[in-house]
Amino acid sequence: MDLLLTLVSIIMTAATPLLLAALGETVTERAGVLNLGVEGMMIMGAVAGFAGAALSGNPFVGVVTAILAGMAMALLFGFLTLTLLANQVATGLALTLLGLGLSALIGESFVGQPGIKLPSWAGIDPLVPFSFAMVAAVSWFLFRSKGGLIVRAVGVSHASAHALGYNVVGVRYLAVLFGGAMAGLGGGYLSLFYTPQWVENMSAGRGWIALALVVFASWLPLRVLAGAYLFGTISILSFVLQAAGVGIPSQFLSSLPYLGTILALVVISGNKALTRRNTPANLGQAFVPDR
Amino acid sequence: MRLEKRPERSNAMAIASPFIAFALTIVTAAIIFTLRGNNPFAALYVYFIEPLTALWSIEQTLVKASPLILIGAGLSVAYRANVWNIGAEGQLTAGAILAGSVPVLFPQWQSPLALLAMIILGVIGGMLWASIPAILRNRFNANEILTSLMLVYVVQLLLDYLVRGPWRDPQGFNFPKTVSFSGWQTLPYLTSGIHAGVVITVLIALALGLVMSRTLKGFEIAVTGQSPRAARFAGFSEKSTVMFCFLLAGGLAGLAGAFEISSVVGQLQPQISPGYGFAAIIVAFLGRLNPIGVIFAGLLLALSYIGGEAVQTALQIPDKITRVIQGILLFYILACDTLINYRIVTSSPVLQKA
Amino acid sequence: MKAKGEYLLEALNIVKVFGTLRANDDVTLKVKPGEIHAFLGENGAGKSTLVKMIYGALQPTAGEFRWMGEKIVVPNPAAARKLGIGMVFQHFSLFEALTVAENIALAMPGPFDLGVLSEKIARVSKDYGLPLEPTATVADLSVGERQRIEIVRCLLQEPKLLIMDEPTAVLTPQEADQLFKVLARLAGEGCAVIYISHRLEEVKRLCHSATILRHGKVVAHVDPTKETAASLAKLMVGGDIHVVHTPRKVTDGKVRLKLDALSLHADGPFAVELKNISLDVKAGEVVAIAGVAGNGQGELFDAISGERHTKAGMLVMDGKPSGNEGVSARRRLGGAFVPEERLGHGAVPGFKLSDNIVLTRHASDTDVVKSGFLQKNGAANVSERVIKDFDVRKGKPDPEARALSGGNLQKFVVGRELDRKPGILVVNQPTWGVDAGAAATIRQALVDLSRKGSAVLVISQDLDEIFEIADRIAVISRGQMSEAFPASQMTAEKIGLLMAGEHEVHTHAA
Repeated sequence: MDLLLTLVSIIMTAATPLLLAALGETVTERAGVLNLGVEGMMIMGAVAGFAGAALSGNPFVGVVTAILAGMAMALLFGFLTLTLLANQVATGLALTLLGLGLSALIGESFVGQPGIKLPSWAGIDPLVPFSFAMVAAVSWFLFRSKGGLIVRAVGVSHASAHALGYNVVGVRYLAVLFGGAMAGLGGGYLSLFYTPQWVENMSAGRGWIALALVVFASWLPLRVLAGAYLFGTISILSFVLQAAGVGIPSQFLSSLPYLGTILALVVISGNKALTRRNTPANLGQAFVPDR
Repeated sequence: MRLEKRPERSNAMAIASPFIAFALTIVTAAIIFTLRGNNPFAALYVYFIEPLTALWSIEQTLVKASPLILIGAGLSVAYRANVWNIGAEGQLTAGAILAGSVPVLFPQWQSPLALLAMIILGVIGGMLWASIPAILRNRFNANEILTSLMLVYVVQLLLDYLVRGPWRDPQGFNFPKTVSFSGWQTLPYLTSGIHAGVVITVLIALALGLVMSRTLKGFEIAVTGQSPRAARFAGFSEKSTVMFCFLLAGGLAGLAGAFEISSVVGQLQPQISPGYGFAAIIVAFLGRLNPIGVIFAGLLLALSYIGGEAVQTALQIPDKITRVIQGILLFYILACDTLINYRIVTSSPVLQKA
Repeated sequence: MKAKGEYLLEALNIVKVFGTLRANDDVTLKVKPGEIHAFLGENGAGKSTLVKMIYGALQPTAGEFRWMGEKIVVPNPAAARKLGIGMVFQHFSLFEALTVAENIALAMPGPFDLGVLSEKIARVSKDYGLPLEPTATVADLSVGERQRIEIVRCLLQEPKLLIMDEPTAVLTPQEADQLFKVLARLAGEGCAVIYISHRLEEVKRLCHSATILRHGKVVAHVDPTKETAASLAKLMVGGDIHVVHTPRKVTDGKVRLKLDALSLHADGPFAVELKNISLDVKAGEVVAIAGVAGNGQGELFDAISGERHTKAGMLVMDGKPSGNEGVSARRRLGGAFVPEERLGHGAVPGFKLSDNIVLTRHASDTDVVKSGFLQKNGAANVSERVIKDFDVRKGKPDPEARALSGGNLQKFVVGRELDRKPGILVVNQPTWGVDAGAAATIRQALVDLSRKGSAVLVISQDLDEIFEIADRIAVISRGQMSEAFPASQMTAEKIGLLMAGEHEVHTHAA
């Protein structure tokens, strides 16, 4: 029984950063913006979270600095893609490359330092219930509120939203910033709870997995929740199997989350009826108001 | 201040934008150096100028530029077609593994054919690894950005397994590496520092430039990228373009992998590239998605690696600065490219309020 | 609130400049309450620009608006709606993936309650005879139903002024009649209507007054009931209308294009399935396919051009079963195709005209592409010939496609195909969004080609165009096609009934 509880709490720890980042990206993409820089925002959240906690001695300060770092990166992305109309795919890649480099530079002095861990009760830290609450909140917002309707409207047809007088670019900035805050928080979770220390590249592709989760979940928050826990379980599985002494080389077990991601994408994307109905029609397209 | 769409692309801006981007990057780098408490002029000199004053560092720049140009040229063609292969790092690794299998499995084989086999296997390895995301996109509509990237992690773990497990050098004191390659398992050197791969690289980039500007294939790729609907109307198959782009970029990345392990690296080890596959994304954009432009962009990015090492040695600035400068450069390129299609208008024609 | 003057809306000396183009040049328009005011002009005359400014979607460069005698500035559409101005767009401002109720909620101020709103929608739409299902997804609705959403969206806000931009262009004649009843009722209730159209007969029938615009300037204010369609047209175009010369077909030629029970599955949730379509197009004739947008015209075009494949025997070109051949093979067989969308389908917007020549001629012309290499001079020669033969006006020698006006680009993409002297030509919406002069040139060229022995198939929504050039007419509706009747036996009324097809039955049953 104890083992089961431990297992559940480990899975939660693995799933929460994915869940947070993917929820944020869900809102961003619902507004029609494809921000491929989740990995870069997460890693900046991780280093800023660690720094905030280390410098103040308070892990909750780290939570705030992680969120702010994610938002700062998102703002940069927004400025390029929404104001300067740069290609969203390329800018997302740039955000990731910059984030990985900048976090390594900033974090250099923190390497090897012990971190400050978020408090937890029975293995459950405050961000786990928070992430569940955010699933409910994002679900409610997107499908039960006027604001969410506007976000979805901007994502499915920016031209129509503009014709009705909505500020397409403004709505998208907000959605991008929300995505950045959540990715930053997800990254902060890594350095404040998952492995409370700073390691270069510690996000290890989780930002990309979060992006795949959004597609896998066909932009629905509840399915994001299910997907995050599925992936959390897969990544824990490799540890469990290793600990159990299964005769499979550790490298193959470690590659399971990545292979699982590919498999999930294949399964869900092959189903055209499901993906096309939910895909925001203007995803990734720059908006230029016509005359 | 707002942007107004130009009626046509500005050719002047298309040429000027990489230069503006580079100038802005220099200014930003100076600010970062200053914030760190370094003399910005001294640091910039060490970073960007000094490596060009000595023969050995010029040679090193050329050698480092080779994989960047090879991969960047392939990616520039793929990105033209809106085929977003971002897994070149993995394709490089796959090429290196397959190429490395020759000296690892047949260490005694000393013949020009051994080198040729390595090079061909390198290309095949990169193509095979790149064909996976292409097939998944064509067959299952799976997003190639995510699948190609996931495969980077997978193949790196595979390499890690090989060099720690079955392929480890028995005389290697348990270090995770294979035997060192020697003789006809390595590339011939033209000078003390420049291997034959550098020349092949430039020839390939020039050939690709010709393909893109003069052939129907290049036209097909450009149309597919700009309007997929018009491409279908022209009778071009999107699926075969996707496959072509992945095989081309993957093959060139695999070739780069084969060149690296048969020259600079000289063996298989857990890390055989300092992120060339990702830096080549920057090279492709800086080269304006044009294989000829990629040659110059590759040299600049190579210089940024050498400069990063130089400031670390000379001024104790961590070489992590290299990736920051590369990232900033890409941001400025993307921002400046806006000016090709848009112009900045300062006044907005709003009616004066009564 | 009491009106100061007799006019509800006055647009006074409005100027709107885009770059170097004066889209509106000193335009004045005055509308009284309860008046249906026609706003006439050719494509590109500046009608849409003015109404977008009235609706707050654009801001004028100079001039002023008055609303009930008070000077106003309309900063955005929400402000316009608050004043009581509603607008039904030509290209609907709807969200396909959202429901009817959600679409309407996006335009409504105040608290957000889809339940209450749905009841209101049901009530108002029933009251005006515009039935709507609030929970339906827009993507599943016909064009006529979509327009109803736009109208109901305006009606719910009890507008004082309703702007309708080319509302009947997408309707069957019967649906248009229903719309006229609604507009007449609204006018009777005191609502003013600005009615943009270039269909002169319906303007004469429906409107109380008319303002006519040409090249951004007002050329006349008239009472349309006292004008003839011809006199209105002359004011719009600023000269005599070119009449297309259609010599009689000599004899029935051989069948050059044959569709034989062509069927094609829908390739997405919002697409149309083609069912059992059969048609012969003979040498020497123009056959037209009429139909309301979104009834399978695009799918049919793709199946004929080769962008989508069918069984070989479903499409026969000059006796050769070709349904499974690609686009290039069909071009080599003498086929030529002009799609509806000029930019992004018929031409690559960012490519020069000479490069756009390569787009459709690389497979058939060795002077354009030879053994895999582009022949830049060959393509440039073809481009210059097309430009000269079809009088394509442009700002520089070899501009990008996107720099051309709609009419000139259409002349170019049609001319590019006609220059090959194709045996079989298929054109989807040949003069959509094109000014009268270019339209006449294109229509004449299509007729001339057929009379030289080619088979010409025209897919069009424009009944006037169809009657002008077609020898035989078929009607497509919900992916099914009627028999092709000789044009002399067809009337607008009969086409309208065929257009409604199954769909009308469906609505009555519901």
